[in-house]
Amino acid sequence: MTAIINYGVGNLFSLESSFNAIGYDVTITSNPEEIRNAERIILPGVGAFGDAAGKLFSSGLADVLISESKRGKPILGICLGMQLLFTKSYEFGEYDGLNLIPGEVKPIRDVIPGGLKIPQMGWNSLTFINPSEIYSRTQKDSYVYFVHSYAAFCDGKYITSTTDYGVPLTASVQNGNIYGVQYHPEKSGNVGLDILRSFCEVKS
Amino acid sequence: MITKRIIPCLDVKDGRVVKGVNFRWLSDVNSPVELAEYYSDNGADELVFYDITASSDGRKIFTEILSETARKVFIPLTVGGGISAVSDFERVLSCGADKVSVNTGAINNPALIPEAAKLYGSQCVVISADVQRVGGEFHVFARGGRDDTGIEAVSWIRRCVDSGAGEVVLNSIDTDGVKRGFDIEMLKAVCDAVNVPVIASGGAGCIDDFVELFREVPGADAGLAASIFHFGEVKISDLKKTLHDENIPVRL
Repeated sequence: MTAIINYGVGNLFSLESSFNAIGYDVTITSNPEEIRNAERIILPGVGAFGDAAGKLFSSGLADVLISESKRGKPILGICLGMQLLFTKSYEFGEYDGLNLIPGEVKPIRDVIPGGLKIPQMGWNSLTFINPSEIYSRTQKDSYVYFVHSYAAFCDGKYITSTTDYGVPLTASVQNGNIYGVQYHPEKSGNVGLDILRSFCEVKS
Repeated sequence: MITKRIIPCLDVKDGRVVKGVNFRWLSDVNSPVELAEYYSDNGADELVFYDITASSDGRKIFTEILSETARKVFIPLTVGGGISAVSDFERVLSCGADKVSVNTGAINNPALIPEAAKLYGSQCVVISADVQRVGGEFHVFARGGRDDTGIEAVSWIRRCVDSGAGEVVLNSIDTDGVKRGFDIEMLKAVCDAVNVPVIASGGAGCIDDFVELFREVPGADAGLAASIFHFGEVKISDLKKTLHDENIPVRL
């Protein structure tokens, strides 16, 4: 069973449908027991970092995620869910994240060339950096769907792919059993479904 | 590099896809779910579902069709038509829409865009503007292009973006259904005024019209069309291959 963490952030319909499409059982839950019993965890998220982090910490789900990560359970953060894996974000203030991957989340406006639109919205290609099991089925330069105004900045050893938006931006990360993707695999057609499928095959 | 998006638009009435020529004459085309799957498998980057039913029964059928589509199609889905309150956002988002486009609803209720952006994020709020030239000015039209609001379009679109809209669909009534190319002049005016993605709509008749769009209006992020895709006059795979050959970045 795959647990999609439900903490009141974002729309989980497509994510649930995409797991159904690849034939993996999924439950949308905020129940710590169900999360502990799941084989893997998805941390979704859309919206502002501070609000989402607040909900994760105040609900106690942050503690569940941190303890499950220490047990070696595969965890995949998607979009804002990926950003929450990091130490800190500077979105509308300064907020602590889960600190499962050392690094910071900052506005892309500070690094991209002028004239590019914010958010980056649309299909962009992946450049692989460090190898990751989630790309076992993915060809290089495959396109995935992004919607983001902030990006993760961290040690290159955690970066598994980047995408070119005037400059290379972090597209996906991994720290052991902790995985994160800035793009939306559930909106990236067959390429995205393959990435989810490969994540589901990761053993804890 | 971020790619230019090609977006088929499905006007849905009573559970079927229809396309009006100049908005008024409708002809039945196909099943929305089948068409959506077909487009997703054949290179569409995104889909727009436009609900043109007026009755509550029709709206119920629409949301059922939307969820059936969203269960099978894994590319971004934008939904528009009849969005006049935050509860309409909730209704379509819970059925699998990723973005919601507002048109007449934003004209009638200026608080709708900021409220929706606060609740769901700007990335989810699309301002869809039907615009026509009236006496040398661009005017915003309401109710599917029927009513001239007298509002100047470019400044109005900019206000919508400033209040929280994260994307613009610009539909030129002047070129819609004419099939002689997008409204380059109108698109340039809007792209110069905003820094969010702009989707061009209205006027595409052939592959070259898309080449012209992305060449002449570098700020345009996407081209949207309906009947030329539905009737097979333009195949998305052929269109993207041509754009690629012309050095316009697309997802192949």
